Amino acid sequence: MSKRIDVKDLNVYYGKFLAVEDVNINIEAKSVTAFIGPSGCGKSTFLRTLNRMHEVIPGARVEGEVLLDGDNLYGPGVDPVTVRSQIGMVFQRPNPFPTMSIRDNVLAGVKLNNQKMSKGEADALVERSLQGANLWNEVKDRLAKPGSGLSGGQQQRLCIARAIAVEPQVILMDEPCSALDPISTLAIEDLINDLKDQYTVVIVTHNMQQAARVSDRTAFFNIAGTGKPGKLIEVGDTHTIFSNPTQKATEDYVSGRFG
Amino acid sequence: MTTTSLTKSRGAGRAGDKVFSGAALAAGCLILAVLFGVALFLVVQAIPALVASPDKIQGGEGFFAYIWPIVIGTVIAAIIALVIATPVAIGVALFISHFAPRGLASGLGYVIDLLAAIPSVVYGAWGAAFLAKEISPAYDWLANNMGWLPIFQGPASATGKTILTAGIVLAVMVLPIITSLSREIFLQTPKLHEEAALALGATRWEMIKMAVLPFGRPGIVSAVMLGLGRALGETMAVALVLSSGALTASLIQSGNQTIAAEIALNFPEASGLKVSTLIAAGLVLFVITLGVNMIARWIISRHKEFSGAN
Repeated sequence: MSKRIDVKDLNVYYGKFLAVEDVNINIEAKSVTAFIGPSGCGKSTFLRTLNRMHEVIPGARVEGEVLLDGDNLYGPGVDPVTVRSQIGMVFQRPNPFPTMSIRDNVLAGVKLNNQKMSKGEADALVERSLQGANLWNEVKDRLAKPGSGLSGGQQQRLCIARAIAVEPQVILMDEPCSALDPISTLAIEDLINDLKDQYTVVIVTHNMQQAARVSDRTAFFNIAGTGKPGKLIEVGDTHTIFSNPTQKATEDYVSGRFG
Repeated sequence: MTTTSLTKSRGAGRAGDKVFSGAALAAGCLILAVLFGVALFLVVQAIPALVASPDKIQGGEGFFAYIWPIVIGTVIAAIIALVIATPVAIGVALFISHFAPRGLASGLGYVIDLLAAIPSVVYGAWGAAFLAKEISPAYDWLANNMGWLPIFQGPASATGKTILTAGIVLAVMVLPIITSLSREIFLQTPKLHEEAALALGATRWEMIKMAVLPFGRPGIVSAVMLGLGRALGETMAVALVLSSGALTASLIQSGNQTIAAEIALNFPEASGLKVSTLIAAGLVLFVITLGVNMIARWIISRHKEFSGAN
């Protein structure tokens, strides 16, 4: 239930503006890959090209290939809707649907596939997904209550439960802890550790300690200056990137001597 | 630091606060006073008609017998207008907010807003002189093919000046109100929720069902109620379009009347008790509109927990 991603010669544009230039990266299945780098270096933009969320923004487009186990996401005839149901996403700010109960939030993605599901199956899936997101014990007595009534950290785990309920191949996380307190952050990081047994996880983070804690491999993105495209500087085992990077820019960044 | 520096406050800032809260309070009180004044006027002026002996009221059977056919006529016309206008308005609003290319969207938005700027007497003239004539063949068809339904019972009006025509004209008039309000609401849907839906593998329409419509629901209800308010109170268009008469079930025969049009058509020549009767009719319209607004509030508050406002 997890696939690898290989990106070849990817250029990402907003209209005429080249935002991210010439990325080549291989993301292993059943592992956690972290993207780090300074603000505006294009790591979030690049992440959003991995499930074709980038093109939701008017004028945004992509050149190059993103291969999910060899299948090009940007190939002719590929439906972005299908891509997104295979590659789930968790956003920076927790975004459960405010008009839905906790239960309906978890089932939101599954119901899209128009499968008729018995109540028993749905209940089992809700429990399994919430268990998977380490949230079941906290919400099992109030599944019919609105998801927006939960704390920020719980909402974020609800969003993760919603993402894994559709059983994706890959889960993308765009700074999932940046709006959370340290305890909620720890809960999410523990969860990421559990998730990699089943899923390919890609996480964008501003927090280098977090990247060091949760990821197997780390990719460092950087930008030469305002208006210049972001670039992938180097990618490698997390331990290597943090202790013995090959590039000077990486070393400056991870040691805090940046800028 | 002494304690006085804490208790002393900047004079100018405080004065600004006081002026603002005073002005806000005055504005709030003024609204209440105007509303109360209108209500009081209606009640006081209506009392003679309400207490008069039945045979003195127009029709000779008392105020209730006089008012209920036109209450129902009013409601029928408003319902026709909303049934036609609401789906169209929501569709247009969604098209503008989520489907149309940006250039087309703003152009279409202006055109819709322009519809709201046309005076109601112009709509009335259009309905009476053009629409009624053009639509009467359709009424014939309805009478022939669906006449078994009481609402389409024939013979259809030859002039086309029926309550259905009036309802259609009203629909065109309330369309811009519902459309522009819904459009504003739809545009305010948080990007976050739209992206959440898309990232789960929703198509654009599924995203709209999942994020946009539930989020906009209270706004849509408000928009429809504002439209309903206009449809209930609209006077000139109905007065010009409708060839009024007694209450009939058939929508395609001439007949029926609305409160507002009844008042407008009869007030200039009324005197004495007749004036009171018409004002009492106005009071009834006032109460209906008030009731509609309260129901709307109730509908919106029922789902407060899930509104997204928290």
